[in-house]
Amino acid sequence: MKAMRTRHVRLGASLIALSALLMTTACASDDEGDTPAGGGNASGGASGQIKEGLSVAFLPKQVNNPYFTVSDNGGKSAVEEFKGEYKEVGPSEASASSQVSYINTLTQQGSDVIVISANDPNAICGAVNQARQGGAKVVTFDSDTNKDCRDLFVNQVTAQGIAENQVKLISDQIGGAGKIAILSATANATNQNAWIELMKTELKKPEYSKIELVTVAYGNDEDQKSFQETQGLLSSYPDLKGIISPTTVGVAAAARYLSGSQYKGKVALTGLGTPNQMREFVKDGTVKNFALWSPADLGYLAAYAGAALASGVITGKEGEKFTAGKLGEYTIAADGIVVLGPPTVFDSSNIDQFDF
Amino acid sequence: MVRELGIGLALVLLVAVTTIYNPRFLNAQSRKDLMLGATILVVLAVGQAIVVITRNVDLSVGSVLGLSAFATGKLFLAMSETPIVLAVLAGVGLGLLCGIVNGALIAVARVPALVVTLGTLYVFRGVDYSWAAGQQINAADMPSGFKRMGTATLLGIPVLALFAIAVLVFAGYYLRNYRSGREMYAIGSDPEAARLSGIPVGWRVFTAMAISGALAGLAGVLHAARFGTLDAAAGNGIELQVVAAVVVGGVAIFGGSGSVYGAALGALLLSTIGSALPVLRIDPFWQQAVVGALILAAIGLDRALTARIADRLRGRRARGA
Amino acid sequence: MLKRLGTWDILVIGVLALVVIASSIAVDGFATSRFWGFLLLDVIPIALIALPMTLVIVTGEIDLSVASVLGLSSAVMGQLWLSGVPLPVILPLVLVLGMVLGAVNGLFVTGFGLPSLAVTIGTLALYRGLAYVVLGDKAVADFPFSWTGNTIEALPGTTIPWMALLVAGLAVTFGVVLHATPVGRALFAMGNNEQAATFSGISVARTKFWLFVLTGAVAALAGFFWTMRYASARADNGAGLELSVVAAVLLGGVSIFGGRGSLIGVMAGVLLLISLRNALQLADVPADTLTVVTGALLIVSVVGPNAASMLRARLRRRRPAVTPVAGA
Repeated sequence: MKAMRTRHVRLGASLIALSALLMTTACASDDEGDTPAGGGNASGGASGQIKEGLSVAFLPKQVNNPYFTVSDNGGKSAVEEFKGEYKEVGPSEASASSQVSYINTLTQQGSDVIVISANDPNAICGAVNQARQGGAKVVTFDSDTNKDCRDLFVNQVTAQGIAENQVKLISDQIGGAGKIAILSATANATNQNAWIELMKTELKKPEYSKIELVTVAYGNDEDQKSFQETQGLLSSYPDLKGIISPTTVGVAAAARYLSGSQYKGKVALTGLGTPNQMREFVKDGTVKNFALWSPADLGYLAAYAGAALASGVITGKEGEKFTAGKLGEYTIAADGIVVLGPPTVFDSSNIDQFDF
Repeated sequence: MVRELGIGLALVLLVAVTTIYNPRFLNAQSRKDLMLGATILVVLAVGQAIVVITRNVDLSVGSVLGLSAFATGKLFLAMSETPIVLAVLAGVGLGLLCGIVNGALIAVARVPALVVTLGTLYVFRGVDYSWAAGQQINAADMPSGFKRMGTATLLGIPVLALFAIAVLVFAGYYLRNYRSGREMYAIGSDPEAARLSGIPVGWRVFTAMAISGALAGLAGVLHAARFGTLDAAAGNGIELQVVAAVVVGGVAIFGGSGSVYGAALGALLLSTIGSALPVLRIDPFWQQAVVGALILAAIGLDRALTARIADRLRGRRARGA
Repeated sequence: MLKRLGTWDILVIGVLALVVIASSIAVDGFATSRFWGFLLLDVIPIALIALPMTLVIVTGEIDLSVASVLGLSSAVMGQLWLSGVPLPVILPLVLVLGMVLGAVNGLFVTGFGLPSLAVTIGTLALYRGLAYVVLGDKAVADFPFSWTGNTIEALPGTTIPWMALLVAGLAVTFGVVLHATPVGRALFAMGNNEQAATFSGISVARTKFWLFVLTGAVAALAGFFWTMRYASARADNGAGLELSVVAAVLLGGVSIFGGRGSLIGVMAGVLLLISLRNALQLADVPADTLTVVTGALLIVSVVGPNAASMLRARLRRRRPAVTPVAGA
């Protein structure tokens, strides 16, 4: 008897639970269109003014990545200037699939502007396009998607600019002759590959004819892996003269390896690094100079670009101009690209003036 | 001992081949790098071996390492003149705390270690991430004495590697010469029999988890000293390598047999493979596949050996009867 | 089916309902059809792999290599597509690949009598490594939209992806097999007492072997879906997914020691895990906290029932219960 009653109770309870679930799901499907369609098309802002109250969301490749913490904070200060609502969301691991889930969330929340650094140029396209259909303006920064699934790409610097800068720096340090290697991030990082290709072209110029690029190693933007790859480079190429590491993680790891090894001061190293990470190695003589754009300015510019789009100041066509606060006026180049500016070179004379 | 000899042989072979290919693989700098590279994995593998011997597993070691490494950095940020000893103790203490959480859940709630440590793998890493909140601690923020420890050598052996050697010797001595150490093997061989023969199974498993946690904490401090630059992702995914090292080193995944020396050799072999592949100019993409194949080969070999020994024992008994 | 519901199933379904109701009230944008459309897309790969995983765990084994099978399938897809093989040919090839990978697991476990935990940790590394060997760090993305778009297409007039229906259909099939056929009873019997099962005429080794093959095939199917959904074949696709699958299955009340569990519980577990995660995400809870919540849920799901049954036993008998030792 008792067993039977328990069974009935169980059955009843589960039926109730299930029907509650079904009901909520059923109700849910009636609510289509509840989400605000983005403020972009509300009151026109064609006067060139950025509207107040825009919701701007930053979606970095991964949260917990110090580089993005700095650039997102740059974005935050821009959003505060034009009185918008700022937020930063993102996965703790740099994978494309988890970014998709966050884009979906932002779509549902009806964000006006999504500023994103893509982990994969294609994988997030579908989700991004859904967000744009929902009224959001999408600006990519640092790493682009395919150009037809975003409104603007804020490029830190032209790829050509990076390639010229890096090759020049290493050439000056090794006296224009000898073997060099490149320590990159991951092998499918869009920007890294573009730079490396252009560096190879740059090295074909007559003034660099005595420099030989022996290999490209991949440190996956992981500190340890980059550290070990540097170690591997030096033991497999004994006569290596210099290393270019155009990634902040790689250059810091390589510098740390060199500074604690017998190669310190003998093997030249340059790349793209942050002054705070590299200060020590510039001062102890491991690294003579290196370059970078300001990640904070990059985020700042991306936020203004997104806001200008959402306010109707610009539509993303080539030749349009907008003002990005303290950074001044920018013009949109071909393929919806806005370039931040030439990289800054840091050496022992100026490194103490920077804090990022 | 046969097993340890086998791995030792494989290691010698690997080093020999690589050195013939590129003699610089064994120069002073490179030897130092090899030892440093193995240090962290050896410390983790010793802890893991003790846990696996009791027929449990600790998947949370990577997260504990990350937490402890970041805590060490934070400690130096807050008080840059913290003595190194205190930093080491703090890291070990934090690891011990994590190990106690694992051990308590396993021993008190009688829940499988695999599931608990899979859960705490997430939890500890999450705590680490939200504590760090995207912050990176740079080499420049660490006191120079601590960083020197990361590169200094004593009689040609890196100081960090000395930590690993000390841990290994202590653990080996404990398991062999202490009653509670030998009881770990008894628990792994047959938990029910161990319980019936009066061994405090829960307490011993708890101790093993606590030791593993403390060693992962120590590994975190060593990581901080070696790499200098720290973010919350330190040690992410290393648990797989640790388990691989232990299994390759001849510790049976179902407990009861194996030694910490074997596990340490396994760790040394794996990290040497990692360093040898770029020197041999083998595509680094092969590395993970090689690790996987090694695990399969190691457990397969173990099985074959046990089967043969069992056969021989049976044969002897049959003859004796 | 409902008759078979255990206490744990009801609890999980109840908690799921609670999460749904609470989130509908408290989280803006939760009770929209669009949210559920997105959510179901996230659910599909995990739910898919959870189906055979449930059977595997019920027999007392485990397969940790599933996410690597997914990744390797995706990488092979990419490479085949690059060399000009059309998708209708790729799909069966990938499924066969999954079966082969599963058969390798099965062979090591049943043929050589090795613990599945160790074997599949090995193949987890091996298959993921091979994925990188096959495709390197490249991403192949130029799949035709007619396939990628159709994969995430919703049923007409709803936001429910048609793939979700397919998964639901499979779930019912698996449920019937597990709970209402001799095969299912044999699986439970194996998990409860392998020797007894063998003596009662069940060919344990052969059944387990085919279960691993099945798991491989389904994981490969999930790999195909994953690649189409994200329109990107990559070696790192689905990395770490095995943890979510195992977490969902255990949350659904399947005993890690085998012999106990239900498919309804598992499906509720999958939904609970994903809807909680997505709801928190929608409420702007940071990723770090989500990580903690996932881990805590997993621990609670195993500690909870154990603690409850120990407490009950203690109250009833007033003396300590003898329970088997916690094993790896």
